[in-house]
Amino acid sequence: MTAVPVPHLVVDRRRDTAETVTLRLEPVGEALAEFAPGQFAMVHCFGRGEIPLSVSSVQGTGGLAHTIRSVGAVSDGLCATRVGDVVGLRGPYGTSWELEPARGQDVLVVAGGIGLAPLRPLILGALAEPEAYGRVSVLVGARTPADLISREELEQWATAYTGVTVDWPDTGWHGDVGVVTQLLGRAPFDPDRTWAFVCGPEPMIRATARDLAQRGVPPERIRVSLERNMRCATGHCGHCQLGPLLVCRDGPVVGWEQAQPLLSVREL
Amino acid sequence: MTPSITLRLEHAMPVEHRERLLRIAREVDLKPDTRLFEEGGHADRFWIVRDGTVALDMHVPGRRTPVIETLGTGDLVGWSWLFEPYVWQLGAVTTTRVRAYEFDAVAVRLMCDDDAEFGRAVGRWVGRVLSHRLNAARARLVDLYGSPAAFLSGGAG
Amino acid sequence: MSVTTAPAVLDRDGLDALVTALVGQGRTVVGPTVRDGAIVLAELASADALPFGWGVELEAGRYRLVRREDGAAFAHSAGPQSWKTFLHPARERLWSADRTPEGHVSFTPEEPAAPDYAFLGVRPCDLRAVAIQDRVLTGGRYEDSGYGARRRRALLISVDCVEPGATCFCVSTGGGPAADPGYDLALTEVVDGDGHRFLVRVGSEEGARLLEAVPHRGADPATETTARASVDAARDRMGRSLPPVDLRALMGASLDAERWDDVAARCLTCGNCTMVCPTCFCVTTEEVTDLTGDHTERWQRWDSCFDLDFSYLHEGPVRSSGKARYRQWLTHKLSTWHDQFGTSGCVGCGRCIAWCPAGIDITEEVAALHTESETER
Repeated sequence: MTAVPVPHLVVDRRRDTAETVTLRLEPVGEALAEFAPGQFAMVHCFGRGEIPLSVSSVQGTGGLAHTIRSVGAVSDGLCATRVGDVVGLRGPYGTSWELEPARGQDVLVVAGGIGLAPLRPLILGALAEPEAYGRVSVLVGARTPADLISREELEQWATAYTGVTVDWPDTGWHGDVGVVTQLLGRAPFDPDRTWAFVCGPEPMIRATARDLAQRGVPPERIRVSLERNMRCATGHCGHCQLGPLLVCRDGPVVGWEQAQPLLSVREL
Repeated sequence: MTPSITLRLEHAMPVEHRERLLRIAREVDLKPDTRLFEEGGHADRFWIVRDGTVALDMHVPGRRTPVIETLGTGDLVGWSWLFEPYVWQLGAVTTTRVRAYEFDAVAVRLMCDDDAEFGRAVGRWVGRVLSHRLNAARARLVDLYGSPAAFLSGGAG
Repeated sequence: MSVTTAPAVLDRDGLDALVTALVGQGRTVVGPTVRDGAIVLAELASADALPFGWGVELEAGRYRLVRREDGAAFAHSAGPQSWKTFLHPARERLWSADRTPEGHVSFTPEEPAAPDYAFLGVRPCDLRAVAIQDRVLTGGRYEDSGYGARRRRALLISVDCVEPGATCFCVSTGGGPAADPGYDLALTEVVDGDGHRFLVRVGSEEGARLLEAVPHRGADPATETTARASVDAARDRMGRSLPPVDLRALMGASLDAERWDDVAARCLTCGNCTMVCPTCFCVTTEEVTDLTGDHTERWQRWDSCFDLDFSYLHEGPVRSSGKARYRQWLTHKLSTWHDQFGTSGCVGCGRCIAWCPAGIDITEEVAALHTESETER
């Protein structure tokens, strides 16, 4: 059965930044299977097409939501939807962050830009069970303070350490300035017993994972989220290949031991 | 000393040199908005932050002083003291209460001259800090977040 | 499946009857026929349309029909098409969606209106290619439902290869001129002083039933011996070969080889090799809306990893150079295909060599990569 989108109603629409919007979605009829943090859906905008979007909120905690940055015809269309509009959704697809193995260990979340959105349900999951995990730290880098998403939540999350840094501060900014890797030295974690979860632009992922590995976090405990062109999400179209991986099937979340050799080859 | 400072220096410097360096450290407790140095000033001291935040800034007439980068726990504040003509390239100001180790740069330079091994260890440590700062500055030059690249947040369409 | 039917022999009339029987069953019979200066795959109304007396002459970048004196129908190697043209068509609607004035949206899956195909004249290399596409499109967690529906209903009649072309190299990909299991009926064409006939092996119950429905006789030793001898001889007459090394490992270790620059200087990135390749499966999707704007359709169409847009991400393609795109095609085919689907993606049919406008020869490129890796060692 070729996967056909399932109609979902936009029940809430929030503008996060000048370029991003978060849509909360509820099924019109039949519901999709439960998404795990890190997984993605193919989201259809009527008459424009489909794009892969990871979930920024899952059914279990707060309802299904996607945080969308308008960068093309489909994402522009999705960002322009209004409450009451219908979009199509199919999924869940791909691998998830997998918080379970991190039980009893420190959890280090590193996000670049809108990369915080796919990590959000993971953070909520870890914070919902404080006794189950060691120290939970959230490090976020953004271009400017105005580009930060989940800004209020960031202040409320009961983490061991939350660090936010921007490349370009504005006049009202009194926080950190610099790259997100700089915050790694300030987060409390024991490299031998830490699971790290990294999402953002690929160079930021590479720099962060390299730094973490150098600090002694084993590469297989550094989980990163990859992005490649996905057209079908079912492993049939070939577009999202990254060497041996079909990112829609074997990713998007993979261990750094797998990603590192692939991301080090240009134009792979 | 906080574990994170131990860790940072430990990576950067062998234990005997680290201990020698820390022996001449002076513990300081600085109020917010304390200016540590100003661009063009004589670089005769440096700091390792134990707690709090220091902003590196640049004076631009008619404009709010732009913050170039912030430094926090474990970070080295100031490196111009190691290279002639020992003149600060940027300004530094505390943005929070800051507890730090303060070092007399002249004394450290003399120690480096007296003991070549120690000098090499200090040079390597500062060199490593500099390479990190350079890489960070380069990463920001690219304006990564400015491009649409960000995971599955709009994809190819 | 336990099909123990003994080999049989069909003569020319038996072959005619076979096609007639299939047409009579309501099947769409597809097989080779001469059209536009090539042996193409098309719907056959009768066995008369088969390319009796035609062969082909192949070289890198070259394909010519040649007359054969013996009147054989299947003494030709791969043409410009493969069976994916029918099983995995170049354009296919996946689903459509409609929006009511109130804003309700409904999605309707495309019900595959698949003909019941009977493929006549499937070469052993192409039979292996079908098995590879089966794994890709139906063997994973999700199935390409259109492909699956057409494939399950298709009847496959293979014909062993007795006349390999100059661009053929199936033996060096682990295959050979005899059909592996997967066929319903397997024919071997024999033309000699005893006449024009076809040795038939039965591969499925449906094949057995079909054979029962047409005039045939038990296989005689002479026909069996001749058939086996000509297929065995074909094994040694492959025009080309891949180096006998672990190709998967060779490709994996050759990502930074200098040879890619060399081939990229010749490659036009036209994508012909991917279009003619019987295993290349990549597709893209597009949204087609009608004038009202309230009816939209999702179409799938063949795509090629040589297309610049193929790897498009945010602001540009990941593989912007021709070199990277050729490397993607070749390393995928011979190496990462194993990681993704558990087999190689190459069956050695030679189409990519014959139909490359620049005459790029996959066997030559792999040999050069092998030589380069040996030199570096």
